[in-house]
Amino acid sequence: MGYMLEIQNIHKTFNPGTINEKVALNGVNLNLNPGDFVTIIGGNGAGKSTTLNAIAGVWSVDEGKIIIDGVDITKLSEHKRAVHLGRVFQDPMTGTAATMSIEENMAIAARRGERRGLGWGITKKERESYKEALKELDLGLEDRLSSKVGLLSGGQRQAITLLMASLKKPKLLLLDEHTAALDPKTAAKVLAISDKIIKEHQLTAMMVTHNMKDAIMHGNRLVMMHEGRIIYDVSGEEKRKLQVSDLLAKFEEVSGGEFANDRMMLA
Amino acid sequence: MATYFASLDPMSLARALPGSVAQGVIWGIMALGVYITFRILDFADLTVDGSLATGGAVAVMLIRGGMNPALALIFAFLAGMAAGFVTGVLHTFFGIPGILASILTQIGLYSVNLGIMGKSNQAINVMQYDLVASLRYVTGENSTIFFFGLIAGALVLIGIIYWFFGTELGAAIRATGCNPQMARAQGINTGFNKVLALMISNGLVGLCGGIYAQYQGAADVNMGRGAIVIGLAAVIISEVIFGKFCAGRKMAFAFTLGAVFIGAIIYYIVIALVLWLKMPSDYMKLFSAVVVACFLAVPYMKGKYSKKRRTA
Ligand SMILES: Nc1ncnc2c1ncn2[C@@H]1O[C@H](COP(=O)(O)OP(=O)(O)OP(=O)(O)O)[C@@H](O)[C@H]1O
Ligand SMILES: [Mg+2]
Repeated sequence: MGYMLEIQNIHKTFNPGTINEKVALNGVNLNLNPGDFVTIIGGNGAGKSTTLNAIAGVWSVDEGKIIIDGVDITKLSEHKRAVHLGRVFQDPMTGTAATMSIEENMAIAARRGERRGLGWGITKKERESYKEALKELDLGLEDRLSSKVGLLSGGQRQAITLLMASLKKPKLLLLDEHTAALDPKTAAKVLAISDKIIKEHQLTAMMVTHNMKDAIMHGNRLVMMHEGRIIYDVSGEEKRKLQVSDLLAKFEEVSGGEFANDRMMLA
Repeated sequence: MATYFASLDPMSLARALPGSVAQGVIWGIMALGVYITFRILDFADLTVDGSLATGGAVAVMLIRGGMNPALALIFAFLAGMAAGFVTGVLHTFFGIPGILASILTQIGLYSVNLGIMGKSNQAINVMQYDLVASLRYVTGENSTIFFFGLIAGALVLIGIIYWFFGTELGAAIRATGCNPQMARAQGINTGFNKVLALMISNGLVGLCGGIYAQYQGAADVNMGRGAIVIGLAAVIISEVIFGKFCAGRKMAFAFTLGAVFIGAIIYYIVIALVLWLKMPSDYMKLFSAVVVACFLAVPYMKGKYSKKRRTA
């Protein structure tokens, strides 16, 4: 079986040739097997979000290749590669359309990568299945299908965005600090929902987090980024045995004591 | 003062009202177009001032050339769509900021419209052609049929737009306007959808121009000047008065679209009132601009004020 994701030596420099020039990715390589769930940690500006954005095609990379399930998507525009990807963002506002209802948001997500024609935007049958899916979230949303998403809390919106990402099974799920804007209790709940959805649909997933404990507890693989590169990559038994102190030591080793003023959390 | 009030004739106001309603319904079509760009797409599209005259010019020249006046409206619609296409491509493909792209199209259209008509003004006489709308119909013996036709036409347009924005494609346009980042993440080509929405919007504006030119018996290169302000006024009046009424009910969007027509009618009634009060008509545009500016500012000021109170 081939890799689900192959990242080959990608580079990205922002604002090249100006005083704001910033090398954000400096030769990232990563291969994910189908079903891999990798957590990504690293300090501020390490390039975690940039890596996920490169995969999603927010802009094109300067160098390197991105291959999903054998298909080279390096040159595809953002909306074209969306068919392969489920995405949940840090800001709960980003993943949903606030002025549209819960069911309309879900219907849009259910058609990801399909041609959108003049058929009615949502069918009765779909509505029923959305209701079922929302019931599973256990957030009381199943009776609010026609409520505007803008009226919901951040946690509810993230949960819906997760659901939307999985309605049409993605080849890769990208989670960029998707619980960082939530209070601890809600964050834990959304994280549990993420785990459940990933397991249920056997998704390949990448999750950026600042919480080392979460990074250790979730997924089967962990990578640490620093200055636009992956500097540490563990999986399997080795990852299971990992302690927060190991990660701290690793982090201090590469960054030389910068740690104190970083927002990486030990919780 | 007493002589001023004595000089106001209530009957003359009453006589002016049917014309205001007719004008309101006709310009309401343009206001629908403005609603699509300004509210659904979140795009301040100034193409309108040009595409309205384009619709009028195309309709009038075709009618003068012997085309059926109703059929000519289809071409007015298509001409408006072409204008919207230009703005859309300037914005999405060439990366020109939205307002600037639409101003460029608007300015360019001035010459195009002159070219279409060959001069700045072309008349069509209602005695000579079987026009779909005319000032004469407002007071004529068939005025009931005329108004019935106008309202039926408006309802059909509301129905079509309601249906369209309920389809998969329409939903994609709404998502594009509401949250382009989300839209792209869901595989929606936001550039394409922006162009499409601008085309539909300006199609409606062109259609309005075609009908209004027939209504006033002429097309004029300046007939669209300030149209965007009238459209915005209609949209905003409708939201202020009917926003609460429309929200949350079944088919809320259809009611919202209907309210836009009523907003346009109210705008023209207010204008009639202002003229009736013998206020100088030279100040009409200033008056419209001030009204729109105030209504646009209200939600912002409200938000600022309540935020201050919360943090205090
Ligand atoms: N669109 C952009 N334009 C310019 N610079 C950018 C852009 N996106 C990211 N950068 C820069 O690239 C570097 C890497 O940013 P990135 O967002 O990937 O960091 P991160 O690892 O996600 O950090 P954080 O933990 O703060 O989210 C940073 O220096 C950032 O300022
Ligand atoms: Mg980040």
